[in-house]
Amino acid sequence: MGTDSVESNDTVHLNLEFGGGLEILFGSIKCHSVDIPLNSGSEKLKMEHLLVWVRDNLLQERPEFFMKEKSVRPGVLVLINDCDWELCERLNATLENNDTVVFISTLHGG
Amino acid sequence: MDLAREVQQLRLEKAKLEAELQSFRESASSATVSESCSLRDPTFCPATWLSGGQHYLDREMINRYSRQLLVPAFGVQGQLNLLKSSILVVGAGGLGSSAALYLAAAGIGCLGIVDHDNVELNNLHRQIIHSESSIGNSKVNSAATACNALFCYRINSMLKVVKHEVQLTANNSVDLINQYDVIVDATDNVPTRYLISDTCVALGKPLVSGAALGMDGQLTVYNFNGGPCYRCLFPVPPPQGACQRCSDSGVLGVVPGIIGAFQALEAIKIASGVGDPLSKRMLILDGFSTSIRVVKLRNRNPDCSVCRDGSQITEREIQELNYESFTGSSLSDKSPKPLSVLPDSQRITAKEYFDYLKEGHPHLLLDVREAHQYAISALPCSLNVPLAKLEDRLPEIKAAAQESQIIVLCRRGNDSQLAVKYLRENGKTEAVDIIGGLESWARDVDPRFPIY
Ligand SMILES: [Zn+2]
Repeated sequence: MGTDSVESNDTVHLNLEFGGGLEILFGSIKCHSVDIPLNSGSEKLKMEHLLVWVRDNLLQERPEFFMKEKSVRPGVLVLINDCDWELCERLNATLENNDTVVFISTLHGG
Repeated sequence: MDLAREVQQLRLEKAKLEAELQSFRESASSATVSESCSLRDPTFCPATWLSGGQHYLDREMINRYSRQLLVPAFGVQGQLNLLKSSILVVGAGGLGSSAALYLAAAGIGCLGIVDHDNVELNNLHRQIIHSESSIGNSKVNSAATACNALFCYRINSMLKVVKHEVQLTANNSVDLINQYDVIVDATDNVPTRYLISDTCVALGKPLVSGAALGMDGQLTVYNFNGGPCYRCLFPVPPPQGACQRCSDSGVLGVVPGIIGAFQALEAIKIASGVGDPLSKRMLILDGFSTSIRVVKLRNRNPDCSVCRDGSQITEREIQELNYESFTGSSLSDKSPKPLSVLPDSQRITAKEYFDYLKEGHPHLLLDVREAHQYAISALPCSLNVPLAKLEDRLPEIKAAAQESQIIVLCRRGNDSQLAVKYLRENGKTEAVDIIGGLESWARDVDPRFPIY
């Protein structure tokens, strides 16, 4: 995979990470390097679209432990480039090429 | 010229002798150094230790904390602040072990420890404050003994350890937390985390929160300097089943140790007024790949149901909340409530299975635990197919069982019920499970069987 593919106009390249036990839903793989196709007609990739894509393409089991309605389930923190998505419009956040999105389940053990 | 030098030389010698004499008198008398040492002429004072400041650190304290006093950002003032502080560690488990030991050693004034559990053998790999001799005894006693041992040769210990051998509940959390300056959440369950955070909001206490599971750890400071509270981040509790527990998912012992040490660091910083506490940020440790990221968190939520300005939760409201029903889980990390999916007619006891074995009935014993659990200990002649793989491997199971009965087993008798339900829906209508799983087998049939 050359970096040239990243330049494509109709996909957005992202680094996705799952942690805090959430990776179990994704075949126990924590890091995923993915190219997300843009919806026809839209120029930008929004978080809302990404969540649906992740659910339909990466998630392997128990979708109710990843999503609730259109968002992530309670107890999951979403970080866009190491920043709480609450600080950047949540579902409406726009993702750029090579952004890193982390989904992390909060831990309770001690 | 020579005479002047000789006079100077004699003066220096006189000063040295006076100093020695002073020093001799001092060690001979029982009076404290500060009383016997005259500061009228500091150049002749043998011990100039007091010349720098008006603090009350005595010689032993200076010696004990010297390597901390030497840290420029911390120094004497940081130590003095710390010695006046009181810190409550809730939970004397994996996180609390290292947090409490470091706090005790660092020289805080008062350390409170809350726990209602007893020490078990399977705690010792991570709960390093306890030892084998404490198994069966209360964790609070064991932890307090270890902390006090740091000062065992002092008649008047600089550290006061307060034992709270209770479970933190909505009824006692306000009274307990109110006695301390900084609170360390070293607990292991969701409802207690909400309870501690709400109480800290009501009382205006900073909260150092840590958690660990598997090889992952998390750390942040809540309710500090306008930062968010736990509910600002997690207004809605996670669904049941989404939270893994140490007793199911496991935890590498050193990981809570690392996070607990970080909690001690944050508590020390807050108590001493030194450094930037981890407020509005979260530290996320991935021990598997040894990566640590510190991420930026949201601000306090102005609409937070608990900490919003002007209408913070009150002590009374906390006492009226039911944290267990709010989160749908128990205030302790004990075994989950047993599932009840199957009717009794589709289940047998471990003893009944033992009789069945002795009578030599042909059957297939199907163990539906995860492979890494099966590798720890298993009954001979069992087939391991994890619950999640049941559907994929159904033909294999049917081939192995042929026409004989399938008896399903797991660790505690929960997953085995789900497996029987699935098998019965897919043609194996004779399938039954063993009530209580391997734990019952070990308890009722074979006490030598290793359980975990
Ligand atoms: Zn809040």
